[in-house]
Amino acid sequence: MAGETESGTGQEQPVATTQPEGAQIKSEERADAPNLVVDTGPSGLSERLKQAAVATFVTAVLGFFFLPIRTSIAPGGLDITWRWSLYALALIFAFFGKLLVDAYLLSPAGPRVRAMVSGLFILGFAVLYAWHPLGDILFGTGQFEELLGSVLIGVVFGAILLGLVLLISRATGKIGTPATGVAAQKKADRITSFGTWSLRILFVVALLLPWIVMFLFPNRDRQLIDISILILTYVMLGWGLNIVVGLAGLLDLGYVAFYAVGAYAYALLAQYLGFGFWMALPLAGLFAALWGLVLGFPVLRLRGDYLAIVTLAFGEIIRVVLLNWSDFTGGPDGIGRIPKPTLFGIEFNRGEGGFADIFGLDYDTIHRFIFFYYIIFVLALITHFATMRLRRLPVGRAWEALREDEIACRSLGINTTLVKLSAFSIGAMFGGFAGSFFATRQGFISPESFTFIESAIILAIVVLGGLGSQIGVVFASIVMIGGIELLRNIGFMSVVFGENFDPTQFRMLIFGLAMVLIMVWKPRGLISARQPSAVYKERKSIGADVVAQGEGH
Amino acid sequence: MNVTTTSRHGWENDPLLTVENLTMRFGGLVAVDNLSFTVGRGDITALIGPNGAGKTTVFNCVTGFYKPTEGRIVMRHGPGRRDEAVEELTDSAARYARQDDGAVFLLERMPDFTISRTAKVARTFQNIRLFGGMTCLENLLVAQHNPLMRASGFSIAGLLNLPSYRSAAKNAKDRAIYWLEQCRLIHRADDPAADLPYGDQRRLEIARAMCSEPHLLCLDEPAAGLNPRESAELNDLLQFIRAETGTSILLIEHDMGVVMKISDHVVVLDYGRKIADETAEAVRNDPKVIAAYLGVDDESEIEDEEIRADLHRGEQQAGTEGGEA
Repeated sequence: MAGETESGTGQEQPVATTQPEGAQIKSEERADAPNLVVDTGPSGLSERLKQAAVATFVTAVLGFFFLPIRTSIAPGGLDITWRWSLYALALIFAFFGKLLVDAYLLSPAGPRVRAMVSGLFILGFAVLYAWHPLGDILFGTGQFEELLGSVLIGVVFGAILLGLVLLISRATGKIGTPATGVAAQKKADRITSFGTWSLRILFVVALLLPWIVMFLFPNRDRQLIDISILILTYVMLGWGLNIVVGLAGLLDLGYVAFYAVGAYAYALLAQYLGFGFWMALPLAGLFAALWGLVLGFPVLRLRGDYLAIVTLAFGEIIRVVLLNWSDFTGGPDGIGRIPKPTLFGIEFNRGEGGFADIFGLDYDTIHRFIFFYYIIFVLALITHFATMRLRRLPVGRAWEALREDEIACRSLGINTTLVKLSAFSIGAMFGGFAGSFFATRQGFISPESFTFIESAIILAIVVLGGLGSQIGVVFASIVMIGGIELLRNIGFMSVVFGENFDPTQFRMLIFGLAMVLIMVWKPRGLISARQPSAVYKERKSIGADVVAQGEGH
Repeated sequence: MNVTTTSRHGWENDPLLTVENLTMRFGGLVAVDNLSFTVGRGDITALIGPNGAGKTTVFNCVTGFYKPTEGRIVMRHGPGRRDEAVEELTDSAARYARQDDGAVFLLERMPDFTISRTAKVARTFQNIRLFGGMTCLENLLVAQHNPLMRASGFSIAGLLNLPSYRSAAKNAKDRAIYWLEQCRLIHRADDPAADLPYGDQRRLEIARAMCSEPHLLCLDEPAAGLNPRESAELNDLLQFIRAETGTSILLIEHDMGVVMKISDHVVVLDYGRKIADETAEAVRNDPKVIAAYLGVDDESEIEDEEIRADLHRGEQQAGTEGGEA
């Protein structure tokens, strides 16, 4: 492991240089980790144990008044309930969590230390499991087996998620790292082909998803297809915002405004003029693009934080106008009875002339879900291919050049005003499409759906995925939207936190945690490498460290 | 106003750019004071002077990054002085006037990006400004934004991938590859610009400026940070550019080896004023220039030695190698 001694983790023991290939991967990994932490991280096992003990002590002190003591209202005043098992569990988790996070993420240890730490963790649980009296004392009689099972589910779930993300980011993000030697080149080729293959498989899965879901989960197909529709909506929004934030480098905190404009454009056109979905869809995109121009003009002169603040304000202005213009928009009551889309005039209704009737099928509400799924799938694909095409056109290159250096752009005769406006309006247009889809899917919209938190979620998806990365947005949407929906179905947390625990209430907490973890581990998002838009001989992906982020980051 | 207003210099008869009575004030500070000079068509003109003399300010005024406090900056396409057209344009409110065989531009009236787009003045920067996260090839394609944008029908023909756009895109790529080859950067075409060594970045910036097909190329200290071999290569590149494309070059430079060897015309600034405006040879022997560069009497000896050696080296190089060219 030559990479270890080179990058100076301070490990004293001499280690043999065996596999140059592995060592290179190691040093690549090291290059991704923040140096600061690597330098100060613990080295030997005793040092690691000491640090873990310190972390446990800090948790013990800080958590004392929150974890073991709980006051509840009892007849005659307050009552104190002691929850020592929770406290003990928190401390154990703090101890091992610190050890594991150090060993695997913050200051990666050698295989020996990793094995020791992981072994200790498993051994600890095994001992507790075997020695029931201790488990019973700590967690209450009979609770421990249940707890262990739940923790295992959690660990497996987390490991699968982490593994997936690691695999994908390595497959797609590490293509162009400087490869030396034939072996390294071969490996790079293999990874490239693996990356493209995994993406193809992902596409096919997405294409056939409704059928796969109906086959595998016949009892929960509606729910799962609905979640997929939601995820795809956010994928589309993320791709739209990616044009503004990822390519043009203009931080937009009010993207939800265009989503709202699109949704209300369709709802109002349907309500007042009797437009159908397919007629209103392009108009909704057009209206949103116009609002993009309107928003774009005042922010043209702004840079950095000021840009972010003004876009934030614009998002709120649109919502407040929708809320207060009751005569036209229905105000807080929103707009209901928004017509559903038709398939070339065929409605998905029960009875005469409906989809099921015409095609000779038994009526099933799932037909409409599948139809919705394919609408958003096609809309998202259009967004993707338009963006990928635009990136190779002069306007897309100008967006990226603007992100890299605005002054150099002007010195080359590029009208930066127009470039910014085009980014805002095209990004807004896709937001508008997604908005009108949202309106037709929900059938009811109100200003409640377009609060700042939606902008924050979309931005979080773009940042987590990696600015400018299309596939990163997909993974981030799956993790952020799908992951949170999955939380509803995982029971293990209620064992730890009590029966009334609802994980969805902790959405924002989990968001924050995911953000912190990503910022520590991959500060430029899951897939941070940039793919060049033009190639002379060989396509090499560009490391995030040389790619600028633009204004307001 | 001009010390050497004589027709014996070519740049007076066929000027590309004339800067007239240019003054730039920042609050109380007068960075450029009533400066007038001329850049001849097809010439390599050097703007030299001690640090803080106002050279980069002149550049920023010419390329539109600053609006001059006073003065007129005229750019001409097509041969001749075109005095009548210039006067007519100055009296009108227009920014530029097209004629049958060329055009005249008043750069002080034009926004920065139109100076590059319409008046065809390209520039590089003292602190290199490349698009670091984009490959060398992409950098050069960005420089051809305006013709490509027209060819892509403002993205509509481009989105549909029409043949007209495809051929324009291919031409643009060919031009980029041509300049990468001329600047000997073709082996780094697919590498991000930020990964290039310093000297290569300087050349890439010149290549990028050339891709916008300028009539005047303004280089802000192109030899800064280059070793002697790289400086010599830069000389060859600049002379190649002039010979091959006929582009006139205006450069700010401290490296006397570069200045004395390739310049046809040297303008010397000190404290925002012009102190000399002559051929390279005449400037080298000008006592005012020597005083400005070397300081008088009490200046630090070490600096003097270095600069004197520098000047001397420039003389020698110009003397020995001038004969070959």
